[in-house]
Amino acid sequence: MEIILAIITGVLYASGIYMILRRSMVKLILGIILLGNGVNLLIFLLGRITKGEPPIIDSTEKVLQGVYADPIPQALILTAIVISFGLQAFAIILVKRTYKVLKTDDLDQLNTTDEDS
Amino acid sequence: MLAAVLLGFLFSLFLVFSGTYFRGKLAVLSSLIPLSLFVYFLSYLPEVSNGEVIYQSYEWIPSFGVNLSFTLDGLALLFALMITGVGSLVFLYTSAYLKDHKYLDRFYGYLSLFMAAMLGLVLSDNLMSMFIFWELTSISSFYLIGFNNDKADSRKSALVALGITGIGGLLLLGGAVLLGDVAGTYRISEMLSSREAIADSSSYLLILLLIFGAAFTKSAQFPFHFWLPGAMKAPTPVSTYLHSATMVKAGIYLLFRMTPVLNGGDIWHTILIIVGAVTMLYSAIHIIFRTDLKGILAYSTISALGILVFLIGIGTQAALVAAAVFIVVHALYKASLFLITGIIDHETGTRDITQLAGLRKVLMPVAIAGFIAALISGGVPPTLGFVGKDLIYEATLHYGGSAVLLTVLAILTKILLFYGGFLAGVKPFMGKLPEKYSKLHLPSPLMWVPPLLMTIAGIVFGIFPGLIETAIAKPIAMTQVIDYESFHLKLWHGFNTVLGLSAITITLGLVLYFALKPKHSLETAIAKLDVIAPKTLLLQLSTGFEKFSTLWTNFFQTGYLRHYLSTIVAFLIVLLGFLLFSDFSLNIDFNTLTELTIYELSILTMLLIGVLYTVFTKSRLAAVAALGVVGLSFSLLFLFYSAPDLAMTQFSVDTLTVILFVLVLYKLPKYLNLSDTKIRIKHGVLSISFGVLITLLILRVLGEPKNAEVSEYYAENAYKLAHGKNIVNVILVDFRGIDTMIEISVLIVAALGVFGLLKLRLKTRDKK
Repeated sequence: MEIILAIITGVLYASGIYMILRRSMVKLILGIILLGNGVNLLIFLLGRITKGEPPIIDSTEKVLQGVYADPIPQALILTAIVISFGLQAFAIILVKRTYKVLKTDDLDQLNTTDEDS
Repeated sequence: MLAAVLLGFLFSLFLVFSGTYFRGKLAVLSSLIPLSLFVYFLSYLPEVSNGEVIYQSYEWIPSFGVNLSFTLDGLALLFALMITGVGSLVFLYTSAYLKDHKYLDRFYGYLSLFMAAMLGLVLSDNLMSMFIFWELTSISSFYLIGFNNDKADSRKSALVALGITGIGGLLLLGGAVLLGDVAGTYRISEMLSSREAIADSSSYLLILLLIFGAAFTKSAQFPFHFWLPGAMKAPTPVSTYLHSATMVKAGIYLLFRMTPVLNGGDIWHTILIIVGAVTMLYSAIHIIFRTDLKGILAYSTISALGILVFLIGIGTQAALVAAAVFIVVHALYKASLFLITGIIDHETGTRDITQLAGLRKVLMPVAIAGFIAALISGGVPPTLGFVGKDLIYEATLHYGGSAVLLTVLAILTKILLFYGGFLAGVKPFMGKLPEKYSKLHLPSPLMWVPPLLMTIAGIVFGIFPGLIETAIAKPIAMTQVIDYESFHLKLWHGFNTVLGLSAITITLGLVLYFALKPKHSLETAIAKLDVIAPKTLLLQLSTGFEKFSTLWTNFFQTGYLRHYLSTIVAFLIVLLGFLLFSDFSLNIDFNTLTELTIYELSILTMLLIGVLYTVFTKSRLAAVAALGVVGLSFSLLFLFYSAPDLAMTQFSVDTLTVILFVLVLYKLPKYLNLSDTKIRIKHGVLSISFGVLITLLILRVLGEPKNAEVSEYYAENAYKLAHGKNIVNVILVDFRGIDTMIEISVLIVAALGVFGLLKLRLKTRDKK
């Protein structure tokens, strides 16, 4: 399972980078999201995966016993998901706004400042 | 001593706030600062001449071994007295020279900043603090050279000077770090004990070259000398103070200071003698071709600095004593000549030597000072210059096999310097006074007394060389020479070789003075050689470097996001790939892996199809929908693998993203494929190799054991300390609560941004 997940992470990275390298701004955002998912999976995988043992203490216990999933990567990923949502929301609106003002979705037409054009 | 160093800094700071009071008549009072410092240092004279070394230390950054430690030994005292002594006179002189200047207070500010930095430099016992003061002298010198900042010439000269001395500063830093590394201390006085270790270390040569680079740039040695004539654009008091008497001698000081530490092998002597000799002769010859008084003085200063480097290179006790005495001699006559030039310039408005004559009739005291200064410079008895010159010949004559060659070089230089001194100090005052200058008046005594005082000191010290011997020469020899032998300075040595050489020098110098007339034609003739002058070559090098960096920048900074990203990714692939493949071993224990069930397999297939569909679809809506599928698969994946919180968050966030996307979608243009196939393939290869690399990296890491110490801590304490049973939640809201709070504020900022962008109404002007 881990090996397949590792390959999937690679696929996510590759497709994320590929999409970021496109000229369309929408694709750029899609790429960022894919890459973000890839990073989350990477962190998740490096914390080793455990099936069906969430890091929650039994109601009768005071200390987590036995086998449990590593809580730290989960906390990290949770933060990452939320932050990347903020980023995505802002980026999506920014693209919308940019298109409204400049009438283009092509990154190559945005690489000069106002003074040059 | 800390107070003495800080006084100048404080005064310049004080001028920032209350400078307006110092522009008028009060300006002259500012010379009390250097004067009081001069008296302060003079009070140490009896102790220091007994060979005592006064040491004071203040902690600054002890963890780096950088402290403000000051030593006052013979060498430091010589420089400190010179800095404050010449400084007092220059401060006095300036109050009349730049009388009622708009920015007189600024000038004093820079000047006292410089003085403080220079004092710090010569008193520092710590190489690091010395470096800092060294840089401060360069910076304050930049302001002083560019003081007339409305002239393009001044600004350019200031930049060149800063560039050259700035590079020197960096070299000094490099040398200091290496030296500190080898010696295990930054304290110069402690380095003496690890002399042998330094000489034997593998970086000895590098240290030597770095220190030499610093000294040669600061002290204007060939081929870095050209910034000094350029620096003559500065007002005359600056030329006097910085570019003849003090700052340019900082390099000499450094070499002097390092003599006991680094003077280990032939290479030290060889380089210094060659560079010194080339500089002294090269620039002495240049004197012949100059017609600007300041130009003459600039080149004779470079020549004198060359002599000093040359003497330090010889490095025998006689040579070091000669150098120490020559420093005093040079400060006395060169500062006087500069001040005299300033008076001439101030009164007549020209510094062109071919225009000036007969000024003795109107500026008698100045003429006297000029004449004596020329005598000191030419080494005519009974001045101190004579003593100094004899010492130099004495030193060259006793330097082993190449004694004859070195002596001949020294004599040639001295003859030309004699000529230069007479040109600047005597020629403007001799002959017939031109009509246009007959109405000149003697300026304020504040201007002509300082040079006169210095020249008289030159005679007094010449008649009683014992004064210099006990105050300067002996203490320096005692601390700087390893096998110290007692000696005596004398004006009269009896009839011997040295006296004969002296006579030859003076005679030939006089012959030269009467035979050679400075002409403009000579100056234009030599200007033709400028093409191969070090100045041109180095400036070309700098413009070349500028062009190269422009090319370099334009190559990488294209303004296209994909270029930047491709560069970064390609670089990462090379770097990580190299690391990975140079040491790759897959030692995954297949037994510990989680088994694969049909549920997971179907989710993963879904995920994979979603990703590929997002990338390859031609419809934007389909891409967004596929992205939603990817997100939901992720939720399920998290759910299977014991992360319910993640599953929930991913689910809600992904739903929101898709909704947001769809909301703005209808406003966007057609979903086009903008790049051509070739570029797509290129990017595809790049991204796939990066993906493969990441996969390999993960597999490699999975083979390593995992450290679960922190996780165990949380598992054990989540309930005990934070009373929560969901550990992920406890980490987020309790153990790392502040982080979460900051995260929330990031979200708020993003939300504000979104809101702002949605509500923003651009004016028509901005829209175009």
